[in-house]
Amino acid sequence: MTSYRTALGRARNTGSAKHGVGHFIAQRVSAIALAPLGLWALYSGLSLSHAGFDGALVWLHAPFNAVLSILLAVAVTVHMRIGMMEVIEDYIHRASTKGALLILNYFVCVLACVAAVFCILKVALIGGAV
Amino acid sequence: MTDAKAQPRGPQDRPMSPHMQVWRWHVTMFTSILHRATGMALYVGALVVAGWVIALAAGPDAFAGYGALLASPLGLLVLFGLTFAFLYHLANGVRHLFWDVGKGFEPKTADMTGWAAIVFGAVAAVLIWIIALLNMGAVQ
Repeated sequence: MTSYRTALGRARNTGSAKHGVGHFIAQRVSAIALAPLGLWALYSGLSLSHAGFDGALVWLHAPFNAVLSILLAVAVTVHMRIGMMEVIEDYIHRASTKGALLILNYFVCVLACVAAVFCILKVALIGGAV
Repeated sequence: MTDAKAQPRGPQDRPMSPHMQVWRWHVTMFTSILHRATGMALYVGALVVAGWVIALAAGPDAFAGYGALLASPLGLLVLFGLTFAFLYHLANGVRHLFWDVGKGFEPKTADMTGWAAIVFGAVAAVLIWIIALLNMGAVQ
């Protein structure tokens, strides 16, 4: 098996170059954002656990809570998308299954993000009912 | 050696790296596995929280139904598990951030911070739930 192609020619177009660390950095940056946001969410969950429907509406109506909730939704879905992607890539070796799961993971995360942000905005801007 | 030349070895035939059965159990190994496991649990947890805000936007009936689901024994168990998963994943994530800047790799330090992350997750989760359940009792 002799190939006449140069080493550079073989390496070209077979993988990412220069931006291979994009996911690595995104995972760390989202982690840094999620440390305070997650603790805030835990605290909020505790205080909302017996606030009822009206209490939750009032809470999410406050701009501070609405803005942090949207940030949380975005940071969480970015972080969980990359985390699940790494797990799929590590353990699923069949190309077709892996590709399908990666796309499914991406869609689930984007859908969860958009649905959560939409619902936050709906409650924050026009309230609960209807 | 002549046999080896007959067929090129594909990725499938290559030897695997040493696997779980031959590793001596070690806390840093356990924290690594637990980080992944809690990450996967939190993936589901994030969808549970998204479901909560969707139910809130959908109205009082959906919200009450979803709340009843979360307040069921299984729901509370899941929420407790998610509390531990979050606190552990947070603490171990901080370890990862320190490793990223090249600190905390000494075996003794890594062992110590590993145990600290596990203990923090467990103790903080139990404390938070004691407070939450006491509050619930006070309200009722």
